[in-house]
Amino acid sequence: MPKVTVDGQELDVPDGATVLQACELAGKEIPRFCYHERLSIAGNCRMCLVEVKPGPPKPQASCALPATEGQEIRTDSEMVKTAREGVMEFLLINHPLDCPICDQGGECDLQDQSVAYGRGATRYTANKRAVTEKYMGPLIKTVMTRCIHCTRCVRFSEEIAGVDEIGALYRGEDMQITTYLEQAAQHELSANVIDLCPVGALTSRPYAFEARPWELKKTLSIDVSDAMGANIRLDSRGREVMRALPRINDDVNEEWLSDKGRYQVDGLTKRRLDKVFMRKRGKLTEASWDEAFKAIAKAKPGKKIAAVAGDMVDCETMFAAKSLLGAMGSKLLEGRQTGMDYDVSNLAAVNFNTTFAGIERADAILIVGSHVRWEAALLNARIRKAVKNGAQVFVVGPEWETTYPATFLGEDLSVVSKLPKAAADAFKGAERPAMIMGGAALAKGALAGGLAFASKYKLVKKDWNGFNVLHFSAARMGGLMLGYAQKNGMADIAKAKPKVVLSLGADEMDFEPFADALKVYIGHHGDKGAHAADIILPAASYAEKDGTYVNSEGRVQFAEKAVFAPGDAREDWTILRALADALGVEVGFDTFDQLQSAMIKAVPALGEEGLANYGDLPKADSKAKAEGVIDAYPIKDFYLTNPIARASAVMQQCSAELLHGEEMREAAE
Amino acid sequence: MLADKDRIFTNLYGFQDWGLKAAQARGDWDKTKDLIAKGQDAIIEEIKSSGLRGRGGAGFPTGLKWSFMPKESADGRPSFLVINADESEPGSCKDREIIRHDPHKLIEGALVAGFAMRARAAYIYIRGEYIREAEVLQKAIDEANAAGLIGKNASGSGYDFDVFMHRGAGAYICGEETAMIESLEGKKGQPRLKPPFPAGAGLYGCPTTVNNVESIAVVPTILRRGASWFAGFGNEGNHGTKLFQISGHVEKPCVVEEEMSIPFRELIEKHCGGITGGWDNLLAVIPGGSSVPLVPAKDIIDAPMDFDGLKAVGSGLGTAAVIVMDKSTDIVRAISRISYFYKHESCGQCTPCREGTGWMWRMMERLRTGDATIEEIDMLQQVTKQVEGHTICALGDAAAWPIQGLIRHFRPELERRIEEHNAKFAEAAE
Repeated sequence: MPKVTVDGQELDVPDGATVLQACELAGKEIPRFCYHERLSIAGNCRMCLVEVKPGPPKPQASCALPATEGQEIRTDSEMVKTAREGVMEFLLINHPLDCPICDQGGECDLQDQSVAYGRGATRYTANKRAVTEKYMGPLIKTVMTRCIHCTRCVRFSEEIAGVDEIGALYRGEDMQITTYLEQAAQHELSANVIDLCPVGALTSRPYAFEARPWELKKTLSIDVSDAMGANIRLDSRGREVMRALPRINDDVNEEWLSDKGRYQVDGLTKRRLDKVFMRKRGKLTEASWDEAFKAIAKAKPGKKIAAVAGDMVDCETMFAAKSLLGAMGSKLLEGRQTGMDYDVSNLAAVNFNTTFAGIERADAILIVGSHVRWEAALLNARIRKAVKNGAQVFVVGPEWETTYPATFLGEDLSVVSKLPKAAADAFKGAERPAMIMGGAALAKGALAGGLAFASKYKLVKKDWNGFNVLHFSAARMGGLMLGYAQKNGMADIAKAKPKVVLSLGADEMDFEPFADALKVYIGHHGDKGAHAADIILPAASYAEKDGTYVNSEGRVQFAEKAVFAPGDAREDWTILRALADALGVEVGFDTFDQLQSAMIKAVPALGEEGLANYGDLPKADSKAKAEGVIDAYPIKDFYLTNPIARASAVMQQCSAELLHGEEMREAAE
Repeated sequence: MLADKDRIFTNLYGFQDWGLKAAQARGDWDKTKDLIAKGQDAIIEEIKSSGLRGRGGAGFPTGLKWSFMPKESADGRPSFLVINADESEPGSCKDREIIRHDPHKLIEGALVAGFAMRARAAYIYIRGEYIREAEVLQKAIDEANAAGLIGKNASGSGYDFDVFMHRGAGAYICGEETAMIESLEGKKGQPRLKPPFPAGAGLYGCPTTVNNVESIAVVPTILRRGASWFAGFGNEGNHGTKLFQISGHVEKPCVVEEEMSIPFRELIEKHCGGITGGWDNLLAVIPGGSSVPLVPAKDIIDAPMDFDGLKAVGSGLGTAAVIVMDKSTDIVRAISRISYFYKHESCGQCTPCREGTGWMWRMMERLRTGDATIEEIDMLQQVTKQVEGHTICALGDAAAWPIQGLIRHFRPELERRIEEHNAKFAEAAE
């Protein structure tokens, strides 16, 4: 622990800390542009200059200088002040002063720091540099004239995303940041460069000229586009969510967000169900709440009522439906819409036990049936980190483009029980081996085989549990904790021949087996579920209600309501509460708080934010073998996996341009 | 004046063949095995006591630099020697003469120096425009390889040492040692942050020393003739012989090996036939390549041409590329042209240099015509100070110094131009 002095204040700093970190520990603000905690150090903006003794008689870049014993650091001397003023002046001479029409205005590092450290007026009278527009795809808007060449975006693409897409052309004052041949940035984390950009060079294209940061109401929420449970902030104005931004949570999303989580929010205002609809003579027509409830009551379901949870519902909604069904005497609950029937008697066996942060420490990883890049883009960035730390990665399943070196072992699941020698050696020698089973493997019934693998290669050790199942539905773990699972999955529900099926935003399920049932869709988007429904009760999306979500690693997180649901739409639990009255049963709650406490009483783990404890893995059946061939992954299109994203114009454009651009270009010829 | 017997570069002018046979006849590759047999520490000690300072411009003691290299590899990483032949400094042309007429001196030096610093191989990074020179150097390396002088069991010493040549693509910044390493690795030539210094983590993350061609090429001769012979030339702290490259307004521009610390007047009189138009016609001299401040005539005439002597007159020896300017020179235009060079060659990585070099050049262009105000001279001076010492590498300093030198010594000339220009426009406005 070296002892340094910052502006006369003595303090111990951790080994390996930089001078900049030492200054921050001392409570001194150091202006910076290129430095970012999660990226490598570039040291090129020169804004963080401080005076350091002993050392050469010139200011030093504090971000790149290691703190050593006995250093005397000054951040308040004349030399530092002049140096900052000088660098700021240089940054501004070629920066257009177009803040009034720049989307970064109000949240711009350059703006803030020039107020704090700048000179006041410019002395540069020559013409300013202008740079031609660069194309970086449908999400990133570029005004490269504003670029200050901090290279954060270049380093992000290279280091975190693992895609060499952005770089610098030319040199000197002609240097330009651009994508290779001006192609769109094509990866799932591309829009994070917008947050990283300290100026308005890279801004959000869909959000261009929409709002100013100070007009927005900020609500803490959880992303439901996948099962990562990324922590987000929803910025809303009036009744509209304008944008979603990642919040910092080192355990979950660090400070990144997938493009889908960030940009599906425009789908929240499109194709919304804002009125009650009933099917009359085969056509969906507007109706009143009363009419709808009466029609449901008229079906007299009794015990023959089932509930199917969609991929994005919160735990409270699922618990309210469970209570309603319980009061009716039914236990027909299911959330695995596509018919998966893996064993859920022990939730540890279907949980991401290593944790997302923990996977970075793994030294051998076997991915079985998961297109991690599409199913959990942020986890993929973590695996990339593990690989950079020396982990070997093997994948069973059809090939996909990894962002790190990985060996594909074929599509046949039987390879899990007899690994090729190289892979077997890697797992035998590994200190922290891990396996990730995805939806494609679970659908083939490979869970038992996976557990057998876990016991054979000792994936569970002291302080290490390397067995992981990766879900991609935000509601999955919460649903399983609330008992939304039948032994044989959806087949059991169909066999029970329910009279009424409540679809809680379930859009991926097959409605065919329920042709004779009254299908009630309680959801927010006019998607597949609504098309098949007999009655549509408009409900709230994740942005429009408070709710608890459990991510794939069993982390319980709470999201707040950002805006009100449109039109006649109501929060889901109120609909289910009113339905209980219509059906003449007691559910035992009248307010959201009562509902929540009842839920926490039933499943205490949902009351505590943080990782739920599912206990130990079940004993593996060593004879169990994974069999079958994975011919495809469940996600066919990263940008269109849920009803919100499918309604989003931005996601549709991304899908068309980034995933099907090649086909479109061909068709155009 | 340096006696012929004391010259290291005996074929500097190419009067003899550059090939291996001719080189051996001149004494190169003579018992190289014995030089190596002295042992690593002895060689470094010998170089240290010879007082050899780096010939690339900064003048850092060469022996000391070598001693920073690890004595043994802790983790199996090899060490490398990188030889900087990316001679791009305006005014410099000494490495070129060495490579095209005496390449074997360099290759032998690479072996001995590489052995001393326990390097596995040497990479000679040669300037892209040196096409014929690169051909000669490659042939010389091939000759040495074929003769077993380098490669496995180099010169029968039992030491394995390879020499590779790498051609640059013409960027001035690749002459900066860490940018050169980046470029060798196949990346965009941009200087790295220091620390870590190359001796700790350089080429491919391995310990590396970057030396100038001349620093390496003189090593075998120093070892053969002894450190005291080399230390016998020059003033205290500035020992040895040096290749001076005199260009500009002298009767006979030339590259010449001379004793360090030779007075400027003697250097010009003896080798260049004097200043054009006589000594009274001398205006100023840039004594060390374009990146050092100019020195006006009265200060330079009796100054000793060495690191410390030129520092005393506010300049530096640099690469000893002496650019002589007589009174016919438009001094402001000359410095402005140098400013343009640095604007053009800035890598663009760090802010002060990227933005500052362009600003300084534009200011210089206006000062050239006088289209400015007197206060702007002070502003320009401030801008150069804002660049100097604030950048990752020394290119920022190199861009700032010539302008600082101009303002320091020729401010009246700048003011005269401004007044003349403004008077002309004031008349027209009336």
